Amino acid sequence: MSLAAEVRVRRGPLAVALDLEVDDGGVLAVLGPNGAGKSTLLRVLAGLLEPDDARVLVDGVVWDDVAAGVHLPAHRRPLGMVFQDHLLFPHLSVTENVAFGLRCRGVRRAAARAAAGEWLARVGLDGLGDRRPGALSGGQAQRVALARALVGAPALLLLDEPLSALDARTRLTVRAELRRHLGEFAGSTVLVTHDPVDAMALADRVLVVEDGAVVQAGTPADVSRHPRTDYVARLVGLSLLPGVASGRRVRLDGGGVVAVAEEADGPVFAAVRPESVALFLSRPDGSPRNVWPVRLTGATPHGATVRCELDGEVPLVADVTAAAFAEMGLAPGARVWAAVKASEVAVYTR
Amino acid sequence: MRRTAALAVLLSLAGCGGGGGLTPAGEAEVAADPTGGDEGLTGTLTVFAAASLTDVFTGLGERLEVEHPQLDVRFNFAGSSALAQQIAQGAPADVFASAAEGPMATVTDAGLAEDAEVFARNPLVLAVPVDNPAGIEPPATAGLPGLADLLVPEHTVAVCAPEVPCGAAAAEVLGSAGLADAPDTYDDDVRAVLTKVELGEVDAGLVYVSDVRAAGDAVLAYAFRESARAVNAYPVAVLADAPNAEAGRAFVDLVLSEEGRRALTDAGFQQP
Amino acid sequence: MSRHRGGVPAPLLVPALLAVAFLVLPLAGLLVRAPWPDLLPQLTTPAVGEALRLSLVSATLATLVSLVLGVPLAWVLARTRARGRSLLRALVTVPLVLPPVVGGVALFLVLGRQGLLGRWLDEAFGVTVPFTTTAVVIAETFVAMPFLVISVEGALRAADVRFDDAAATLGADRWTTFRRVTLPLVAPGIAAGAVLCWARALGEFGATITFAGNFPGTTQTMPLAVYLALQQEPEAAIVLSLVLLAVSLATLLLLRDRWLGRASVSA
Repeated sequence: MSLAAEVRVRRGPLAVALDLEVDDGGVLAVLGPNGAGKSTLLRVLAGLLEPDDARVLVDGVVWDDVAAGVHLPAHRRPLGMVFQDHLLFPHLSVTENVAFGLRCRGVRRAAARAAAGEWLARVGLDGLGDRRPGALSGGQAQRVALARALVGAPALLLLDEPLSALDARTRLTVRAELRRHLGEFAGSTVLVTHDPVDAMALADRVLVVEDGAVVQAGTPADVSRHPRTDYVARLVGLSLLPGVASGRRVRLDGGGVVAVAEEADGPVFAAVRPESVALFLSRPDGSPRNVWPVRLTGATPHGATVRCELDGEVPLVADVTAAAFAEMGLAPGARVWAAVKASEVAVYTR
Repeated sequence: MRRTAALAVLLSLAGCGGGGGLTPAGEAEVAADPTGGDEGLTGTLTVFAAASLTDVFTGLGERLEVEHPQLDVRFNFAGSSALAQQIAQGAPADVFASAAEGPMATVTDAGLAEDAEVFARNPLVLAVPVDNPAGIEPPATAGLPGLADLLVPEHTVAVCAPEVPCGAAAAEVLGSAGLADAPDTYDDDVRAVLTKVELGEVDAGLVYVSDVRAAGDAVLAYAFRESARAVNAYPVAVLADAPNAEAGRAFVDLVLSEEGRRALTDAGFQQP
Repeated sequence: MSRHRGGVPAPLLVPALLAVAFLVLPLAGLLVRAPWPDLLPQLTTPAVGEALRLSLVSATLATLVSLVLGVPLAWVLARTRARGRSLLRALVTVPLVLPPVVGGVALFLVLGRQGLLGRWLDEAFGVTVPFTTTAVVIAETFVAMPFLVISVEGALRAADVRFDDAAATLGADRWTTFRRVTLPLVAPGIAAGAVLCWARALGEFGATITFAGNFPGTTQTMPLAVYLALQQEPEAAIVLSLVLLAVSLATLLLLRDRWLGRASVSA
């Protein structure tokens, strides 16, 4: 077990109580809305914030143990941290930024600069070492920040919303590179993000946090397939319908019945992926077993599709193509029919 | 003991320093003036006076206000040279009283006043802190000591800068005593010298006898022979452009009167 | 510089021009009244040269002392949560509102030979501070350091403290962080504060003449010489003022060029 942490800290109205474990080479994504306590958790792990109560163990070394009066100050913790807006030192060159940590830890100047140059090459920024951070693009700056965090071979890597300050296209490429570097990184990584795609793409385990507490933990696939709260479901795009199953029927708590393909019994979630929901202007005939009258309450363009929020006996989220959306002349307030095949409804016990 | 000795010296100084009497003009005015208030001076009287006159003139101003309830007397007390320059720059003043002839000459030469009259004299004395850290004492011989009997070059001495009246006088007496190099600091006015003496930061300072009187118990003072060589004369004049020349004349008359003379003597000044 | 050309709105332009007139006209007055033929002879007077040299040296020393002591103080005020910090800040800025002459007397009470510390210095080491060039530097530092502290504290408050966090995660202790991150980040604020401090020290009069006295060669700085010259020869005072003005302007412009040069390299 490389990182094991139990953190209790109160920040104003927010009480953070989070337990987590990350293996060597593991990447844990802490996913949650703003103000959920994710950054507070990272600051405690980094030693920048003294917790009310905590035990943090890295590679068997106690970094924090409030009960025992142990608190390793931030600068004594072998860690690397990447911040949302990179926080490269503006008065130092790119090379000096990357070499900074090594110099602080007593590496000689020449060796530190050589190591920095190596890492700059690894993140694809060969030849930019003499620039000032102000002369870099957002993506380049975040790559430098990653090199700066990793050059000292830390035991723990902390990533605080590392991609959220980047534009959409840059985010795709930097995310892919980050994934590669995380794959090669031997220590433990904690990634804090509010973007589920980052969590799904980069982490091998996901911790969903709301109001300072864990609401769900699991592998990315597990969490997206079986979201436990409405928040998680919306985050990963699922409509999560609580109900009671009996055979291949689920009687929803909010009213209505959903036909499902698998047999189940007792309290369950019926989960419907947005792309499984089809919309019709008039009641469709034929195979779909689940057909409900709904009202369109919101529509958000989402790439080539439009995500439609539907209200009615059964609340749903549907993704339709932009072309279909236009062809049907949909507008908020429109009354339509929503249809879902029974085989497209996932059921898992709650 | 030392204190009484110092006071005795001061008294003898006041006795021997006296010179001529009042000017005839002043006497005549005073004689005619006991009911001057009936003339009913009004408006504002502005007096520019040397800082060393602060106490005496404030008292005389109040006296004049009592006699003339309609009159408002205002003072600008500062260094004489600064006042002379303010007047030269057009400051609206009625009366100028200087601590030396030089600044008054600046004003009269510019045609801004005439007939300045000397109303008091103020010799220098050597002020030392009450606890007298350097042990400065006059020799036991009779008569006034010379400055060289009191000071040695090792003493820390404050005097006024030669650019201001008290400094010109100090330079004169130090020079004649062969102690031109004695000063360790040249202050911008006599109050600053006195402050340094009061704080015990210097062993001695050359100040006016009137300042020592004003300082009360805070300092001791010794008169010395050379002071007679450079006794500052205090001239006063009504200004040519005085907005309230009538009141100005009345104030100057009061200063020159028996009452004014008494007030000045009480404050340590000598008769002109 | 070229953007917004000619785009200064009248409500800003008019007061700005008035401000310039207000600040520059008195200088123009000095220039007009200056007895130019006397300028060169005055400049070559040994007394003037001495006073000028003493002014420059003591103002520079006072600025250095203020930097060494004032920057750490500004850091404490800006970056710690020490109790009584606002009281401390108020106390530190007292010399700004204190009449400098009173400041000089206050220095006597501490460092004078009868003063709290001065008495001990005198007895233990035979050192007396007043009426020495050291006293000039002390008086100028006392009056000028608050200007530095206030501008550096402002710069520290404006600086992003998260850079300190970043440095800490890279293994830098607080001292290293201060030296290698905080200090360079607030360097422009420190420079501005140092200029203010130097200018204030150069013009210092009241505390200096009180605490250090006025003695040509050791404690008579230019402002003292100017003031005393004013008592007798206003013309000479104008010349001395112009000399002080010219030298300080030249110094500030030179330094400014150097800083601007460095700034354009780093941009």
